[in-house]
Amino acid sequence: MSAPVCLEYRIEGNDFMVAGAASNNIKNTLKMIGISSEVCRRVAIITYEAEINLVIHAGGGVLKAEISEDSVLLIAQDEGPGIADIEKAMTEGYTTATDQAREMGFGAGMGLPNIKRNSDLFEIESTVGKGTTLKCTVFFHKQQ
Amino acid sequence: MTLQEVASLLDAKNVSTTEDLNNIVVNNAYACDLMSDVLAFCTPGSLLITGLTNVQIVRTAQMLDIPAIVFVRGKVPLEETIQLAKENGIPVLLSRYSMFEACGVLFAKGMKPSHSVQEI
Repeated sequence: MSAPVCLEYRIEGNDFMVAGAASNNIKNTLKMIGISSEVCRRVAIITYEAEINLVIHAGGGVLKAEISEDSVLLIAQDEGPGIADIEKAMTEGYTTATDQAREMGFGAGMGLPNIKRNSDLFEIESTVGKGTTLKCTVFFHKQQ
Repeated sequence: MTLQEVASLLDAKNVSTTEDLNNIVVNNAYACDLMSDVLAFCTPGSLLITGLTNVQIVRTAQMLDIPAIVFVRGKVPLEETIQLAKENGIPVLLSRYSMFEACGVLFAKGMKPSHSVQEI
């Protein structure tokens, strides 16, 4: 089996003009290696929502995609304020986003639920004052 | 329905592509100003109708393989928005109609909703 391909992007906080560029790169890379458009779309939604979260909430962070033979592991890591109540943050409609984020069409409390819905494996760890790490796996083919 | 028909019905101006709009067919549409809802509910291949005009609308369209965007309420998008749409070959139409009118006109002519329906 070949070594996994790793893509890594530094995401700047509060930069709404370039937000989404990293996600688009990841999506195009997967498309190029022949991954189905349905899987590419799910990955794009996960990374894009994660990227927007880094921009809105975390003051930036790192977005990674580790592509292996049968799946892609997506990691969003930041040293932002952390999430006090993850269960609440996972509830559709709950949000702490700024007005600026809302004016851009985000911050409706759909981000993390959207991410989870599109992931095969979903893991989130957060410590208030230290930051948040999100790990999502998407398999290229349906698991038995 | 071709994108050319959509443009005619909505009295809309094409600002991002020189491609013949007769060659682009869209049979479903999703109208929304909330990009997170677009990401959650819009099915691939659906036309996006929105009144927000920032660059993230084009990014959202890119992520979801949305074939074209209609900006309603006579809004003129930022230059960066049009530029990004051009770079990605996503047609952008500008219509003076309100979202309600635009949807009503297209629906009456047979445009179908996006398929993803949530149970209440």
